[in-house]
Amino acid sequence: MATLSEKVWERHVVRRAAGEPDLLYVDLHLVHEVTSPQAFAGLRLSKRRVRRPDLTLATMDHNVPTNDEPAEEISARQIDAMARNAREFGIRCYPTGDPNQGIVHVISPQLGLTQPGMTIVCGDSHTSTHGALGALAWGIGTSEIEHVLATQTIAQTKPGTMAVTVEGALPAECAAKDVILGIIARIGTAGGTGNVIEYRGAAIRALSMEGRLTICNMSIEAGARAGMVAPDQVTFAWLEGRPFAPKGAQWERALDDWRSLASDPGATYSREVAIDASVLRPYVTWGTNPAQSVTIDGVVPDPDALPDDTRESARRALRYQDLTPGTPMRDIRVDAVFIGSCSNARLEDLRAAADVVRGRRVRSGIRGLVVPGSMGVKADAEREGLDRIFRDAGFEWRDAGCSMCLGMNPDILRPGERCASTSNRNFEGRQGPGGRTHLVSPAVAAATAIAGHFASPSDLR
Amino acid sequence: MEPVRNIVGRALPLARADVDTDQIIPSHWLKRLERTGYGPGLFEAWRKDPAFVLNDPRYRGATVLLAGANFGGGSSREHAVWALLDAGFRAVIAPRVADIFRNNALRNGFVPVEVDADTVASLVAAVRLDPATTITIDVEHATVQAPGVRATFALDEFSRTRLIGGLDDIALTLRHEQDIAAYEEKRPEWLPRVR
Ligand code: SF4
Repeated sequence: MATLSEKVWERHVVRRAAGEPDLLYVDLHLVHEVTSPQAFAGLRLSKRRVRRPDLTLATMDHNVPTNDEPAEEISARQIDAMARNAREFGIRCYPTGDPNQGIVHVISPQLGLTQPGMTIVCGDSHTSTHGALGALAWGIGTSEIEHVLATQTIAQTKPGTMAVTVEGALPAECAAKDVILGIIARIGTAGGTGNVIEYRGAAIRALSMEGRLTICNMSIEAGARAGMVAPDQVTFAWLEGRPFAPKGAQWERALDDWRSLASDPGATYSREVAIDASVLRPYVTWGTNPAQSVTIDGVVPDPDALPDDTRESARRALRYQDLTPGTPMRDIRVDAVFIGSCSNARLEDLRAAADVVRGRRVRSGIRGLVVPGSMGVKADAEREGLDRIFRDAGFEWRDAGCSMCLGMNPDILRPGERCASTSNRNFEGRQGPGGRTHLVSPAVAAATAIAGHFASPSDLR
Repeated sequence: MEPVRNIVGRALPLARADVDTDQIIPSHWLKRLERTGYGPGLFEAWRKDPAFVLNDPRYRGATVLLAGANFGGGSSREHAVWALLDAGFRAVIAPRVADIFRNNALRNGFVPVEVDADTVASLVAAVRLDPATTITIDVEHATVQAPGVRATFALDEFSRTRLIGGLDDIALTLRHEQDIAAYEEKRPEWLPRVR
C-alpha cells in the first residue's frame, strides 16, 4: 500500500543503495534565466553536455519587462545568456515575444507538458505547482540544475508523506487561494517540512485545475518539499487535446496508468491534518510570512495574544508593515494592487477579478497592475474581452512575466507602499525594498482596488 | 568543492527566526551571471540599520551564523548560500533549516547544523557575553562544541562523505551511467518530449 507521492517516487528510482539518497530520473526539467547561468557555466567548464535536451524546456519570466520598455542592461545580460545557453546546448526556449512565453509554472501545465505521475524539477521553489496534476515536482538550486542538465537525474532523500484533507463545501466568495492561506495559517510556514503534502477531500475534488494549481503552488509556503493532488476527471479533461498531451492509443494507455496513481485506500501518512472548508473565509495576510493572516472580517492581531514562539516575529512584522493591533482589515488602505504571479494569473483568476471589476473604476490614487501568467493566458483573456474590462476600470494590462511578484523588473513598490497582491510571498521587501505586501485572492484584490481598502466583492455596492 | 572537515571560528548571533532567502540575498542581486560577488548583498535591507548585528565590529570575521528556527525558507536561490560564503560564513547553526537551502548548502560545502533551540540559545548567550568565543563544528563526528556546550547534529552518511571528500556530485552520479541508460529504455512512450 502506497500513497500517491510514494508511487511516483518509486517509479523513478534509477538507483538505490544503503546509506545514500535515491537517484531519481527527471521526466521534465524547466529552466529560466535567473537561476541557470551558473549551471551552464559549470557544464562548459567541465566540458559536459545536456544529457536530454528533449526533456528540458527554457523560458524567460523572472526578469523580463512586461511593458514596451526594453529590459535594463543587467537584466538584458541574463536574458541574452539564456538565449545563448539554449542555443549552445540545444534546448528549446520560449523567449520574450514568443506566443508560448510566460511564467514557467503557468506555461508547462498550459501546454500539457505537466502530466500525472511525472517527476518535474526547476530552479524555482514554486515548482510544487505542477503537483496539481499528480506530478511530483519540486524546486532545486543551481548546483542541482547543473546536475540534472548533465545526468537527467537527481539524488534525493525520500520525503515523508502528509495528508491535508479539506472536506465540506467552500462558501461563496472563497477561492482556492483562501483554502491554501487557511491551511498555512493552521499548520504554519514549517508545517510541511520534509514532507510531500497530498491535498485530498471533497473541497479539493470540487476545485478546477486552476484552483488546484494555486493550492499546490503555495505548498512551499508551508515548508513542504512538494504538494500533490491525485489525478481524476478534472485532470484528464484539462489535459486532453493540449499540445504535448498524449494522443490516440497513447492517450488511452496513459489514462489507464494515471488512474492507478491515487493513494491506496489503506495507505498511511506520516502526518494528517483535516480542514473544514465550510468555515473558511477570504483571507488577508497582515505580516511578513504567509502564515500571518486573518480573515477579511478580522483585525490586526496583538502579538502579546499570540503563542510564544510566534510573538517576536509578529512584533517585527507589524513594525515593518506599519500596522497597529486591533485595526480592522477593512480599514487598511492600499497604494497598489497586483493581479499576477504563478499563484493566481491563469485564465480563471483573471475571470474572477474581471467579474468584480466590470463596470467599476479603480479608486483614484491606486496603481492597479494585471499581469497574465503567460502570453497564452493573455491571448485567451483578450479573446473574452477581459483586457477591456481591466483597462476601462483603470488597470494596466501587461505582457506575461513574474513582474511585481518579486520585483526583479521595474515593476516594484516604492518604500512604504502597501499592496494587495495575488502572489504567494509577503516577505519583507519582496515587491521592492520597503514595500508592504498583503496576500489575497484575485476577487479580493479586485474588490480592494475598487474600494481603496481591503474588501471582498460583496462589500462593493 | 573544497573538502570540509572542521569549522573552527567565531559566531554571529543573528538569533532571528524565519529568516527567508529574500532577506539573506534580495532578488535584485540575482541578476548576476557568476557564483561570486554576493557578499555585499548579504542581509542588505537589515544591514542598513547601524544596530544590526552584522554591523557590530565585535563580530567581524565570524564564520558561523547562529539563527532561529526555520532558517533559509522561501525561494530556491542558491545565491543565498553563495552570499553567506562570500561574506566569510562556513556554517549555520539553527533549530531548523529549510529543505532546499539545506540541499544547496551541502552542495557548496556550507554546513547546515540543526540542533535544538536550547543549544542555539546557549551558544547565542555565550557569544553575546564574549564575542571571541570559539565554536568548533566537527563534520566527521557531526558535533558542535563551545565552552560549556556540546551537541551532536544529524548528517547523513552520504552528505558527510561528500563534505569531507569535497566530491563532485556530477562525477559521482556519472559512475552510474549504465543504470541511467537502462532506466531510459523502460520509460513509457507517452511521456512528453519537448523537441
Ligand atoms: S511568479 Fe513569483 S513566485 Fe512565481 S515563479 Fe515568478 S517570481 Fe517565482
